[in-house]
Amino acid sequence: MVNLWFVIIGVLFTGFIFLEGFDFGVGVLLPFVAKNDSERQIAIGTIGPLWDGNEVWLLTAGGAMFAAFPYWYATLFSGFYLALFLVLAALIVRGVTFEFRNKSDNRFWRENWDTALSISSALCALLFPIALANLLHGTPLALVNQRIEYVGSFWDLLNPFSLFAGLTLFVFMLYHGAIYLAFKGSELVEQRSRKLAKPLGLTSLILLCLLTLFAAFSIELRSILPGILTAGAILLLAASIFVFTKGKDRLSFLLNFGVVACIMGALFSGLFPYAMISSLDTSYSLLLTDAASSAYTLKIMSIIALTLLPIVLLYQYWTFKIFRARVTLGDTHY
Amino acid sequence: MTPLTLARLQFAATTIYHFLFVPLTLGLAFIVAWMQYRSYKTGDKAWEQLTKYFGSLFLINFSLGVVTGIVQEFQFGMNWSNYSRFVGDVFGAPLAIEALAAFFVESTFLGIWIFGRDKISKKLHLASIWIVAIAASVSALWIIIANSFMQSPTGFILRDTAFGPRAEMTDFAALILNYHVLIQFLHVIASGFATGAVFVLSISGLNILLGKDKATFKKVIKPIAIFALVALIVSVGAGDRQGKYIAENQPMKIATSEALWDTTDKAPFSVFSIIDENRKTNGISLKIPYGLSILAFNDPNATVKGINDLQAEYEAMYGPGNYTPPVALMYYSFRIMVYAGSLMLVVMLFSIIFHKKWIDKKWYAGLLVVMLPLPYLCNTFGWIFTEVGRQPWLVQGILKTEDGISTATSTNTTALLITLVGFIILYGILALIDIGLMAKHVKKGFDGLEATIKEESEVLITW
Repeated sequence: MVNLWFVIIGVLFTGFIFLEGFDFGVGVLLPFVAKNDSERQIAIGTIGPLWDGNEVWLLTAGGAMFAAFPYWYATLFSGFYLALFLVLAALIVRGVTFEFRNKSDNRFWRENWDTALSISSALCALLFPIALANLLHGTPLALVNQRIEYVGSFWDLLNPFSLFAGLTLFVFMLYHGAIYLAFKGSELVEQRSRKLAKPLGLTSLILLCLLTLFAAFSIELRSILPGILTAGAILLLAASIFVFTKGKDRLSFLLNFGVVACIMGALFSGLFPYAMISSLDTSYSLLLTDAASSAYTLKIMSIIALTLLPIVLLYQYWTFKIFRARVTLGDTHY
Repeated sequence: MTPLTLARLQFAATTIYHFLFVPLTLGLAFIVAWMQYRSYKTGDKAWEQLTKYFGSLFLINFSLGVVTGIVQEFQFGMNWSNYSRFVGDVFGAPLAIEALAAFFVESTFLGIWIFGRDKISKKLHLASIWIVAIAASVSALWIIIANSFMQSPTGFILRDTAFGPRAEMTDFAALILNYHVLIQFLHVIASGFATGAVFVLSISGLNILLGKDKATFKKVIKPIAIFALVALIVSVGAGDRQGKYIAENQPMKIATSEALWDTTDKAPFSVFSIIDENRKTNGISLKIPYGLSILAFNDPNATVKGINDLQAEYEAMYGPGNYTPPVALMYYSFRIMVYAGSLMLVVMLFSIIFHKKWIDKKWYAGLLVVMLPLPYLCNTFGWIFTEVGRQPWLVQGILKTEDGISTATSTNTTALLITLVGFIILYGILALIDIGLMAKHVKKGFDGLEATIKEESEVLITW
């Protein structure tokens, strides 16, 4: 049961990074692919109907962590305190942007909201991977009042490995967003994104290879699985870039799912059997079995999650189908 | 101020703020869904305009409810991690289920509703707003289930783990079928419906007063007033049941709501009084005989336990300490909630009775406008009453608030201050923008609406 829930949390984070990854990417790319208001409307319009549903993957991951691994949730969220606050502030600003920007045609108003969207998206696209990488890298955890607590500061999270992992995934999300814009945007937005996608993809591929080397030298491996999955991620990313250059945008977008799944798989399998690793002393690392809820709670939650998640996937897929067409500046027949 | 006070202040501020938007959108979602249904059925342009007009106001407030809701889910772990450790096994489940069963539905179908007008059939488009409305209420249900565990914990056992004792779930059915859930949910959801209704009446009144599309806005007054009245009656009824339940389970809450210092037979309800917490006495007060005994036990002769006796009882039970929540705050919060709610109820009742006579009167439109703060007062002070009345407990009888705070939060005041100030600034700016946008929306009226909608949907025409 504990292992099943560890997998479910991993799946939820995979869903979050894959789905919200492209809308973070679009947010960051906005100033580079859209140069005037109508182009920005096209770019933002591609993610408008979907971003909120994508974000629920994060909320569900948080809720599931609380329900299935309360001690993980408690140690992580109280420990990564200021980083989490930054993320929350960014998510708040980002969330209202979609609703507020079109409420006035004042140029100044719109441009400021667009800037806010880009900055907040960039913060999210950097901070989430940094936080996740820190789990694997290890953070200063120690026993305080009988409980495993984070005893470091905000700056301890900005270690070289995690920063590098953050940068890698940041660039990957830009690539992911650029592909999305290539098949969902139109006119110049589409063309500019198409041009950007290849260099972004290649950069993230190089970064991912370097990150693998970095990890090989700095992360202690407890099994061979993370290594295999990382190799899988590299191959899939290369395939995604190759397929993209052949003009198969959607297939390349789907291959990115494999990339994210492999990266998250490598992260979570690298973490196993721990929820969080202590950089001070292994005996202070938080074991999944210690962090987990009772067998009864896990059983109830399994029944509910395994029933509801497939349904969620069905209607979210259906939404993607409804909005599968390109977004363009149409004529004024409305 | 101690870190504990600051952390509580932060939770109170972010939660009260979040709950300005939640009840409004709970009610408004159904009202907009109803308007769209009318438009779908009659094909009348007026209903379509109303749907878009109030739909737009709904979205502005809904987006704020959504983004401030994210904070709600994470701040248990940030400032209250020892609480999270203690109750996570029980309390985490309803939060996770809320996300799985309600958030996903709500956000996905809202996206479909906003952007799908031209992509799906009219029927499906209508269905999507109804689904959003229902999912929002389902979401509220799971939050109430979680909150009920704090007020009236059931279906659990205390057990020792590697990191200290915690509450573990033993009976999921008991958790969700908790009687407290039923009455609290009815009370909260009905209040939300009333909030949405009063909001619509108030905005309509404003439009009538300004002479904008008078005829259309007058159309909604009567049906919405009826909706508000029904919602208020349900809310008051459930609130009354809740009072009696609390009298049994959280007697201190009832005693402090009345500032009843000593145990009293045939306890009266004081309409107004000056509370002196230091000397534990009340000044001159206007009293309704038997009032409190009836409210609490449905029996004019019932004995209601006073604060002093309860304090002594708890000290004997749980050891020395202060078991009395701030009395004046409880007393006034309760009265603000009850009086504001009653006032709304009376106005709605007369609105319906004298509908024909009043509808063309300017003062009536003005009255509807000034009603707007009332539901907000009710909701805010109702929750202050509920949550403050539980103190010093975080989970009634098993975990004290001071034991729930994060170890880091209680030692690192700087980080706590940064986030507190950060949230206040951020939320303050958003509140100003929200009000500004709503004012602009009202000023524009239907004419502006057509233009904005064209503008906004321009981009969404696709091939």
